[in-house]
Amino acid sequence: MARIEFKNLGHAYGSNPASLKDYALQPMNMVWEDGGAYALLGPSGCGKSTLLNIISGLLQPSEGQVLFDGRDMTRMATRDRNIAQVFQFPVLYDTMSVFDNLAFPLRNRKIAEREVQARVREIAEMLDLTRDLKQRAAGLSADAKQKISLGRGLVRKDVAAILFDEPLTVIDPHMKWELRQKLKEIHHQLKLTLIYVTHDQVEALTFADEVVVMTEGKVVQQGKPEALFLRPDHTFVGYFIGSPGMNFCPVRVEGDAVLLGQQRLQVEAAQLQALKNSSGDLKLGIRPEFVELAAPGTAGAVSAEVTQIQHLGTSQLVTAQFEGMSVKARVAPELKIATGAQWLRLAKPETIYFSNEERIGR
Amino acid sequence: MNKPYNNKAWFFILPVFLTVAFSAIIPLMTVVNYSVQDIISPEQKVFVGLDWFRDVMRDSELHAALLRQLIFSFCVLLVQLPLGIGLALAMPHKGWKSSATLVILAMPLLIPWNVVGTIWQIFGRGDIGLGGHVLNLLGVDYNYASNPLDAWLTVLLMDVWHWTPLVALLAFAGLRSIPDAYYQAAQIDGASRWAVFRFIQLPKMRGVLVIAVLLRFMDSFMIYTEPFVLTGGGPGNSTTFLSQYLTQKAVGQFDLGPAAAFSLIYFLIILLLSFVLYNWMQSAGNNANASGGQHE
Amino acid sequence: MNKTQDKTLTRTLVMLVYIAFTLVPLYWLLNTSLKTNEETLSVFTLWPNAPTLNNYKTIFTDPSWYSGYINSIIYVAMNTVMSLLVALPAAYAFSRYRFLGDKHMFFWLLTNRMTPPAVFLLPFFQLYSTIGLSDTHIAVAMAHMLFNVPLAVWILEGFMSGVPREIDETAYIDGFSFPRFFLRIFLPLIKSGVGVTAFFCFMFSWVELLLARTLTSVNAKPISAIMTRTASAAGMDWGILAAAGVLTIVPGALVIWFVRNHIAKGFAMGRV
Repeated sequence: MARIEFKNLGHAYGSNPASLKDYALQPMNMVWEDGGAYALLGPSGCGKSTLLNIISGLLQPSEGQVLFDGRDMTRMATRDRNIAQVFQFPVLYDTMSVFDNLAFPLRNRKIAEREVQARVREIAEMLDLTRDLKQRAAGLSADAKQKISLGRGLVRKDVAAILFDEPLTVIDPHMKWELRQKLKEIHHQLKLTLIYVTHDQVEALTFADEVVVMTEGKVVQQGKPEALFLRPDHTFVGYFIGSPGMNFCPVRVEGDAVLLGQQRLQVEAAQLQALKNSSGDLKLGIRPEFVELAAPGTAGAVSAEVTQIQHLGTSQLVTAQFEGMSVKARVAPELKIATGAQWLRLAKPETIYFSNEERIGR
Repeated sequence: MNKPYNNKAWFFILPVFLTVAFSAIIPLMTVVNYSVQDIISPEQKVFVGLDWFRDVMRDSELHAALLRQLIFSFCVLLVQLPLGIGLALAMPHKGWKSSATLVILAMPLLIPWNVVGTIWQIFGRGDIGLGGHVLNLLGVDYNYASNPLDAWLTVLLMDVWHWTPLVALLAFAGLRSIPDAYYQAAQIDGASRWAVFRFIQLPKMRGVLVIAVLLRFMDSFMIYTEPFVLTGGGPGNSTTFLSQYLTQKAVGQFDLGPAAAFSLIYFLIILLLSFVLYNWMQSAGNNANASGGQHE
Repeated sequence: MNKTQDKTLTRTLVMLVYIAFTLVPLYWLLNTSLKTNEETLSVFTLWPNAPTLNNYKTIFTDPSWYSGYINSIIYVAMNTVMSLLVALPAAYAFSRYRFLGDKHMFFWLLTNRMTPPAVFLLPFFQLYSTIGLSDTHIAVAMAHMLFNVPLAVWILEGFMSGVPREIDETAYIDGFSFPRFFLRIFLPLIKSGVGVTAFFCFMFSWVELLLARTLTSVNAKPISAIMTRTASAAGMDWGILAAAGVLTIVPGALVIWFVRNHIAKGFAMGRV
């Protein structure tokens, strides 16, 4: 169990990073509380694996510090860090039985055999592996193997944090749910700090207390799932979270009016003021869940052409275009909509405005 | 891959089948033919059944050559396997050093076998060879031409020089296929260097090591050119192994009948020993997996 | 960090020692080749007192020497091409289909690799004489195919199995005839496999002595045969022998140099 802190932590693979682009992980500060479940979410190459390897000690950062409970661990070797890691594919000692696999980390640390036996049985019980203990590890199914990998991390009583690097990649879809449940149970029981790296937002949002969204080496937001959904700090978060992601339309301020393309958009006074005070590229962001079908001329609405309606059972996904821009709306399943002209209300309390990709009014 | 059943595939196999059959079956039939006949002259051939086989089995010279061969192959495996694996563990994985090492290591494999013999023939001599000269300087009484033990050691050393790279390259290929995650997990689990070797590297190299053992065993059992050039089989016949013995019989003494009989026996010995070795290695691997590690 | 440094030091030492072990005898061969016989037999020197290229000159100018190289290269090249030509379709069949006797066929091919060449000495000699191919390059090329073709099929089948069947099927749907598909789509996908196979065929054929010597006498005599007959009444001509040896190493070294990246890549892919 440990509280993890990053101070100006960054990593560049080259020796003299000239600009932020040279960093695989841009310098950042962050705190993760003891016993929390955190997800690192982002597309491939965003730096999440780099960060994970820095935490586990498999990679030395080029600058900054990593602290566990206030102790500087940055230069400490992996085996002294008391972390455990579960990889994308099951990593097992094929020649050993399940029991010996689980016992391995303890035996390496010269723990008394009696204690090893007790501890292994305890963990096997927790993971539903008790009946497989005597079997050869290599012959089991993928999900059982991943449980063994997890088990090797749990056997050590002093483990500070468990890191997961996209662990459900090779698991069958119907087993994924079970394993996720199991992980939540373990978290609840043992109160360990868990760090889960994934590119799948569903996994991240269901697993974690807080999600850290990353892109291109930069941490763009850390927060609870609702916060990420309702108040994204960065357009990337808006785009990446949600299915489909947030709609973005470029807007301009001219005098006291906000213009979306050629159309005037009626915007609430406070938001208008914030927009006027901002500079740079301005964007309007609104989630499809909040876009309303409106009567012509409604305040905050624009005129558009509905081009596609997808009925998804529990909702309908409407795609509309205007002036080369495309907007999606998720509406109730029973509404009758036809292709053709339709006004959509885009400026609402839920709307977020961005200046140079960052949310206005942070 | 689920492969469909299609006998038309035989068209594709035909060229290979014909070529190899031509090169293998016809000569093999010739050998079988000779092995059961006494060829007094090209016109006079007498069927003698299994006589030659009996003679061959009782031939004490053959027994001696067989014994020498077995000892030689055993020594070869004993030295080249651990050495090859050790080299594979030490070889660099990336960069110019890796390329350079691969190239240098592979060189002995591409030298014509008689030249390998020549290289060591020159190198080992006391008068013109660096090896022989240095040994003599150090006071060691070394002469591979007159001392059987020296001859054996030189032939062995030559074979190690010649073929260890093959084991090393095979083992290296096996090592390279291990994903990094295994080493990372081992670090996290606090495994010692030996444990990493024993539980990760060695098991994952099993496939290539089986190939290496079989190849080295078979090839060492068939060895001819290198020792022939180096020692000519001497001094006396202390380094005469099976292939040379056979060649002497067939081409030197022109005893076609016994030579043919021996050829068949020779071939069968290799086949049998390879089969035994292969099965032993497979089951040894499976046993290790089944019983798991022990409580150390 | 000290542990890692120790580890690297051990590895470097081990590699340096072994590389020295490999290169020293080769250096000695080179050394001997650059000396006159007088020097070799009279004084012991670590490098030539009076370096000379005479031995090499003799080889390049005397047909009885350089013809050996040419002969060797001819039959090795023939063998490589022929082995590849017959092995490619066979490997394809093994990789894509099951058929009557496929496992037995594969095993039988491999057992040919296990046959001592000495066993075939006399039969081969008689066989090729009978069909009038005695002392020809093609005879040696064909004889070597006995050992190279099984190996080629084995290696190529491995690489081919790495190409998904979907590619074949897509090509047929797109209207490719089989030859066109094989040449333009399939082969490029396995080109490193073809490279590795060609390398091994070259290797085994270039280094083999026994069969090559037995099947040839004058016209197609390989360099290895010429070298093993160099003892004369005056004693061994070490200089020429060494020079001839050095020259046989050159093609091998060149080949490795050119395919070194493919070898490294082959290892990285974990495909042996």
